[in-house]
Amino acid sequence: MSQITKTTHEPTTIYIKPSHGLAALNLRDLWVYRELVFFMVWRDVKVKYKQTILGMAWAVIQPVMNMLIFTFVFDRVAKLATDGIPYEIFSFTALLPWGLFVTALNQGSRSLVAHNNMVTKIYFPRIILPMSSVFAGLVDFAIALVILVGLMFYFHVTPAWNLLWTLPFFVLLAIITALGVALWLSAINVKYRDVNQALPFLTQFWFFATPVAYSFSNLPENFQLLLSFNPMTGVVNGFRWALLGAGNGPDAALWVSVAISVLILVTGLYYFRSTERTFADTI
Amino acid sequence: MTTAISVKNLGKQYRIGAAETKFRYNMLRDVIVDTVYAPVRLAKALVGKLERRANQNFVWALDDVSFDLEEGKVLGIVGRNGAGKSTLLKILSRITDPTRGTVSVRGRVGSLLEVGTGFHPELTGRENIYMNGAILGMKRAEIDRKFDEIVDFSEVATFIDTPVKRYSSGMYLRLAFAVAAHLEPEILVVDEVLAVGDAEFQRKCLGKMGDVAQQGRTVLFVSHNMSAILRLTQEAIVLNKGKLVMRAPTQQAVDFYLSSGQAQAGERAWDADDVPAASAPFTPIRLTVKDGRGKVVDTIRSTEPVTLEFEYRLDAPVTGLRIGIYVSTMRGEYVLTSFDTDDADHFEKYAVRNTGYYISRATLPADIFNEGRYSVGVNASSFGVRRYFMDENALAFNVDISGAPGTQWPEPRVGPIRPRLEWKIEKIGE
Repeated sequence: MSQITKTTHEPTTIYIKPSHGLAALNLRDLWVYRELVFFMVWRDVKVKYKQTILGMAWAVIQPVMNMLIFTFVFDRVAKLATDGIPYEIFSFTALLPWGLFVTALNQGSRSLVAHNNMVTKIYFPRIILPMSSVFAGLVDFAIALVILVGLMFYFHVTPAWNLLWTLPFFVLLAIITALGVALWLSAINVKYRDVNQALPFLTQFWFFATPVAYSFSNLPENFQLLLSFNPMTGVVNGFRWALLGAGNGPDAALWVSVAISVLILVTGLYYFRSTERTFADTI
Repeated sequence: MTTAISVKNLGKQYRIGAAETKFRYNMLRDVIVDTVYAPVRLAKALVGKLERRANQNFVWALDDVSFDLEEGKVLGIVGRNGAGKSTLLKILSRITDPTRGTVSVRGRVGSLLEVGTGFHPELTGRENIYMNGAILGMKRAEIDRKFDEIVDFSEVATFIDTPVKRYSSGMYLRLAFAVAAHLEPEILVVDEVLAVGDAEFQRKCLGKMGDVAQQGRTVLFVSHNMSAILRLTQEAIVLNKGKLVMRAPTQQAVDFYLSSGQAQAGERAWDADDVPAASAPFTPIRLTVKDGRGKVVDTIRSTEPVTLEFEYRLDAPVTGLRIGIYVSTMRGEYVLTSFDTDDADHFEKYAVRNTGYYISRATLPADIFNEGRYSVGVNASSFGVRRYFMDENALAFNVDISGAPGTQWPEPRVGPIRPRLEWKIEKIGE
């Protein structure tokens, strides 16, 4: 940002032509517009809690309320086993990355349609819209993380030091998964608004297919295998392992999660890119 | 001189007709039928384009357009609605891809297709300047540097830290234009932004665009406002049905456009291929402007009544059809709107119009219009059900005011109407 752009520099020539098939990802343009990603995230965060009394406190209230409800339903009523960890902190460690993922997925998938005036009026790399929606969730995540630290003190949980590098890895995995799915869904949503209708259902289904409310290790083995194909299982298990020392830590199943989420991201990028040129015409 | 824009054999094809069956959820029956067929539709969408191809129409919004533009030139683009002007600008500003052909553009393209895109009502003026600047492709440092200038230009300095949702529409627009105007692109694309805002602001905008051109930047300017085109550009191209039909010095191009039957002299006829398939069963045939003696005229006298005749055909009975006319100034301000079934008796009598040919005729009384050029739009719809056809700019006519009230003073009068008011002068005291 310290570099001063002179208006007298030699202008670059842009060639506009019909793009076909495997159009390369325009990473150069994404770099040129990198500040827009920052501004979009900043705007989303800024606008999100405008004209609310509680403001940023909502970023805390939502996961805490979820935790209390879960504790009541799944611990006090259903009495689910949690490997000996207090249910409050057991669920909260999972609700954190889950909340990040769900917000990112929902906002990201609706981002193109929500900003259709930008898409039809102005050129910029379209990928910035789902991308910045996904990143905006990180701010809420960071706030809720503070609550987690408080809870850990309260329940006398001492995490291992390696969480300093393992936790960011699992956050990254959640982001990659959310971005991959959001790229697919936002691009489909441009043409078929069915995505809007399907999203709540998809979110709910995915929630139950992720060990947020229950413990992965108490599942029958064949269910465990099935669930490892869900990248969010890797994320949630990873969070519990890094913060609470629960479970076995990274194993083969984690690498399956990583491989799947990278696959979703790469195909998502490709699909997004190949439909991008018609967004303005079909939205 | 270097070439700033080089357009070669540019074509853009749009698919039409696929959308019209989609959003017709007005009757419960439609909704039920639609629900039942949902799985079938899903299957078809997944299988691919097999079935969709069949009932689709394609239209070339731009067809084999080629031109070069040198750096520092200002080029006007004129043509009727749907001639391809906006499509051309959208391709040049990379919003949409061409179907064929190539464009090479030297430098950053700034587009004023829509000012204020990305403005968020909850953010303050200051915040929106940064946001909007970033969307338009400015660097943060660049916005910092121009911030004061932008605020000055917009004249909203006192409200700069107020959320823009509290702004008047004029303030909002000025701020939005100010950001866009300070983008300093090598190539500026301007589409009809001047139709909005008050006269003072329009003058300012035109001035800014003149400056841009003075600085050796390249400007593409689209407008229906012929006087603005004449003032700002030396050269213009004329588009008609997606084809470039003329490139000439502006005066010549505007004359050609106004006289070539594209800008229609007193009469507008629709060919079969002018009418979108989506308008069935309604087919427009002809719209004419006639003077008091029934003669088709391009210029009417404001002191005489004028008749607008719209001839059309219905290929099936239509319930609740109403034909509307809109009269607006060349700047895009509406002067009036009227429908042929405004009269309750008419509305009942023509509740259903059967198959056949019709003329809806409206007589506008004398002493309505001020001097100038007006545009007539037509529209056919059933209220709350469907709009069959619409052409916002079907034809234009001139108004000659000789003999109108107040013409003893040779000064122009502001306002689009010039009614003959009943004045009384009373002396009420010594």
